[in-house]
Amino acid sequence: MSLLDYFKTKKTNTASIAKERLQIIVAHERTKRDQPDYLPQLQQEILDVIRKYVPIDQDQVQVQLDKNGNCSVLELNVTLPD
Amino acid sequence: MAKIIVITSGKGGVGKTTTSASIATGLAKSGHKTVVIDFDVGLRNLDLIMNCERRVVYDFVNVINEEANLNQALIKDKHVEDLFILPASQTRDKDALTQEGVERVLNELKERFEFIICDSPAGIEHGAQMSLYYADEAIIVTNPEVSSVRDSDRILGILQSKSRRAEMGLEPVKEHLLLTRYNPARAETGEMLCVEDVKDILAIKLLGVIPESTTVLSASNQGVPVILNDESDAGAAYRDAVDRLLGNEREHRFLEVEKKGFFKRMFRG
Repeated sequence: MSLLDYFKTKKTNTASIAKERLQIIVAHERTKRDQPDYLPQLQQEILDVIRKYVPIDQDQVQVQLDKNGNCSVLELNVTLPD
Repeated sequence: MAKIIVITSGKGGVGKTTTSASIATGLAKSGHKTVVIDFDVGLRNLDLIMNCERRVVYDFVNVINEEANLNQALIKDKHVEDLFILPASQTRDKDALTQEGVERVLNELKERFEFIICDSPAGIEHGAQMSLYYADEAIIVTNPEVSSVRDSDRILGILQSKSRRAEMGLEPVKEHLLLTRYNPARAETGEMLCVEDVKDILAIKLLGVIPESTTVLSASNQGVPVILNDESDAGAAYRDAVDRLLGNEREHRFLEVEKKGFFKRMFRG
């Protein structure tokens, strides 16, 4: 290995990239963890009903379930096109 | 009061069975009556790692189906006193582990042992869920690698929602992180996630760090748990982990690159 190669193979810190990626995906998956299993299907069915009347995309319906003590709030956010 | 400890990870090949064998052997060697159960129905391997594969007559599923009693199925370990192995069945029926059956066997074992170690299969299917359901404590075996860390987090979620303790609203399962196949030199140069990185992401208490070592493979080749190898770093790290599990303070070792002296560098490479 030449001296030039030695300088060229200076390794990038891939561990920090790994950590950053993990922190993002783990945080994302944790928010989904507490949601009931029926939520994705609920979202799909609501989408289908709205589509009967207005053409909208998948990402224009947001369904979220929040828990405050013993009370759960189902938040539905639909963005209708103009 | 007997303690049920599950050894789990989500991901396969990270060292669950190696860890189960060593932790169980370490606990028994410390004088605690211990049984280790292989939950990997269809792919049993704990028997091979603990060198009792030719002594298996009856297995866990036989006991659940009442085709044999515990005395007939338990295999006494040849290396240490106070250690017994309950091998998995090689049946392909993965639903052979019924919840009632597992509970009955565990209750019977609780009468006779101080520690019940459950070696979980990989994945999050039925067998893995059965192995963690009755656990009081969990050892999450993780490699410093993205897919292993993510799967460990997934398993933590399952422990927190699907275990008996979670379902019954009891005190949560006590979680321990065991980082295996750790290479301090590569962590130092930023090629590998370091201990702190994994601790930050999973946010659970560190039970131990097992350094990557050639002695782990030679131990499984011979069917002698690596914890019994007095010259191995990995063995020493497992002994420390067992001590911590028993509530003793032990400083973490093998986290940094060993500074080699001149002679060691010249002669040992």
